[in-house]
Amino acid sequence: MTSFLHATIIAGTPLFLSTLGEILNEKAGNLNLGVEGMMLMGAVAGFLAAKGTNNAFLAILCSILFGCIGALIYAFLTITLRANQTVTGLALTIFGSGISSFIGQNLSGKVVPDRVKYFLSPIKLPLLGDIPFLGKVFFTQDIIVYFSYILAFAAAFYFYKTRIGLNLKAVGENPYAADAVSINVALYKYVNILAGGALCGLSGGYLSLIYVPAWQNNITSGRGWIAVALVIFAAWNPCKALLGAYLFGGLDIIGFRIQDGFISKYFLDMLPYLVTIIILTLFSFKRSKKNSPPKFLGLPYFREER
Amino acid sequence: MKKIAVFLLCAVLIFTFAGCSNSSNTQSQKEDKKVKVGFIYVGPIGDGGYTYAHDQGRLYLEKELGVETIYKESVKEDKAEVEKVVEDMIDQGATIIFGTSFGFQEGLLSSAKKHPDIKFLHCSGYETAENMGQYFGKIEQMRYLTGIVAGLKTKTNKIGYVAAFPIPEVIRGINAFTLGVKSVNKDATVKVVWTNTWYDPAKEKDAAIALIDDKCDVITQHQDTAGPQQAAESRGVFSIGYNSDMSKTAPKANMTSAVWNWGPYYVKTVKEIMDGTWKSGKYWGGIEDGVVDIAPLTQVAPENAKEAVEKAKEDIKSGKLVIFKGPIKDQTGALKVEDGKTMTDDEVWNMDYFIEGVEGSIPKK
Repeated sequence: MTSFLHATIIAGTPLFLSTLGEILNEKAGNLNLGVEGMMLMGAVAGFLAAKGTNNAFLAILCSILFGCIGALIYAFLTITLRANQTVTGLALTIFGSGISSFIGQNLSGKVVPDRVKYFLSPIKLPLLGDIPFLGKVFFTQDIIVYFSYILAFAAAFYFYKTRIGLNLKAVGENPYAADAVSINVALYKYVNILAGGALCGLSGGYLSLIYVPAWQNNITSGRGWIAVALVIFAAWNPCKALLGAYLFGGLDIIGFRIQDGFISKYFLDMLPYLVTIIILTLFSFKRSKKNSPPKFLGLPYFREER
Repeated sequence: MKKIAVFLLCAVLIFTFAGCSNSSNTQSQKEDKKVKVGFIYVGPIGDGGYTYAHDQGRLYLEKELGVETIYKESVKEDKAEVEKVVEDMIDQGATIIFGTSFGFQEGLLSSAKKHPDIKFLHCSGYETAENMGQYFGKIEQMRYLTGIVAGLKTKTNKIGYVAAFPIPEVIRGINAFTLGVKSVNKDATVKVVWTNTWYDPAKEKDAAIALIDDKCDVITQHQDTAGPQQAAESRGVFSIGYNSDMSKTAPKANMTSAVWNWGPYYVKTVKEIMDGTWKSGKYWGGIEDGVVDIAPLTQVAPENAKEAVEKAKEDIKSGKLVIFKGPIKDQTGALKVEDGKTMTDDEVWNMDYFIEGVEGSIPKK
């Protein structure tokens, strides 16, 4: 049981990072379907940097940077040029997977250098790690996992307790109103979308540097799409996103541990998606404001058209 | 007036281009008498696994016979898509076309009917035609050999098998592997988990981790990624690879791999076609033809394994050792193949049950 939960946290972490990235995007009113692409760009860049420099810190930085570059393309097209967000996002996914295959074509099967692996291996936290059961599950992990715990609460604080968080909400809900009270809509959108891209890149880097840790073409295998679904599941709330990511991660791997005809494997495989559909349905019944998407999600903002 | 002008201009352009391409085509066909061979792949050649192995065969063919080859990667397993690729290859002058995935069957068959002068060869299917043959390899022979290595290595007597989909090809491999394990270690069992993926490195690694948590100390796999190898490497247990030699991906864990070696088959077939001696049919090659092989044992493999593997390999080659030979019992203990009887190729091809010693179940439809 402990080992299962331990594995769940690891399986959930890349999902959480990219989910939080997408939440940042959507809070700013931009539906970014390029998560998978940004993850792949981050994954390949991080892997290449690890190979080239043998330095874990630089590798992670490179992942983040490449995620940002992907997001920058998207942000420029959708904010400055006001292109269709859905199409741009899909294009970014295709572009990201293409470029990662292209750069990684000679890297298949290569492994992350030992020095990087060692630096990123699980660390037992003093005191916290000694708590029976919980210590093993939550506090004997690698640094990115610890970082993701902090991130969940930091993001919640940012969204719900700070002035800029409130402004961001205004940008997503009604950019015209936000603009009227002199909030710089484009700046808010750019900053949050780039931060979101950074998280998606980090999530890809987590896969190629820590989770697998070797390069394989299309290493994300659709996790970016699960993240997009998770955003809805989590109702744009970072703490719920953390729980949701662990739930989805756990469901993804539970099948390997209870396989003997107990529950059908195929049923388990579809469970995360089924849960998402049910939650979506429930939300639309409840019509609560708390759980509804930002009003201007997916719509371009034209300043002149009032 | 303007519209007519544009239309005329377009027409002129189209005709000139068509004219150009036609003339250049016939020219090139006259000039090079070299045979051109086309390969249609299901994945990228850099997958380090299944498609990579086929592509190594293509390169070997180029080197050995000096023929020209063309290939197309990541082709969808879709009839129209395959037909399109075939037409394109024929346009480029290909006269022999290999399709390496099961799902290409329909597309290849209809193209074969349309182009009786082109030879088609399809991997792992069952449809044949006058100008379309089938080919596949007995990788289960290599599963048996790697099973010997696993059986000698395991201390906990539990071996983990990360399997892709419950189809005969995979089931056959698991059974052959288990027979190999049993031949040297009666007490060991093989535990199977299904991932329902061919290609998801992270998930396949997780499946292997689950097996290791369940006390398995040797891991093998039937997937196109090296995820399970990584799991063994990070947990300090041992592993056996598949498709191509995976020792570099997991140097501390990997003991050997069951590998495809398509080169000799491609050379043999293309040569036959060039000589005019080729006949359509079903080719199912084994170690005796060199289509399948076992990668060299690494340092972490048990010491006595090399000898045992070599001996079994020779016995398979000479026909002394037949893998699916009775008595074979299924998981419930019921006798499936009587003592001394061997299974026919057809029976082996359609195996749909686990034998005694396999832990796990085949999902029912």
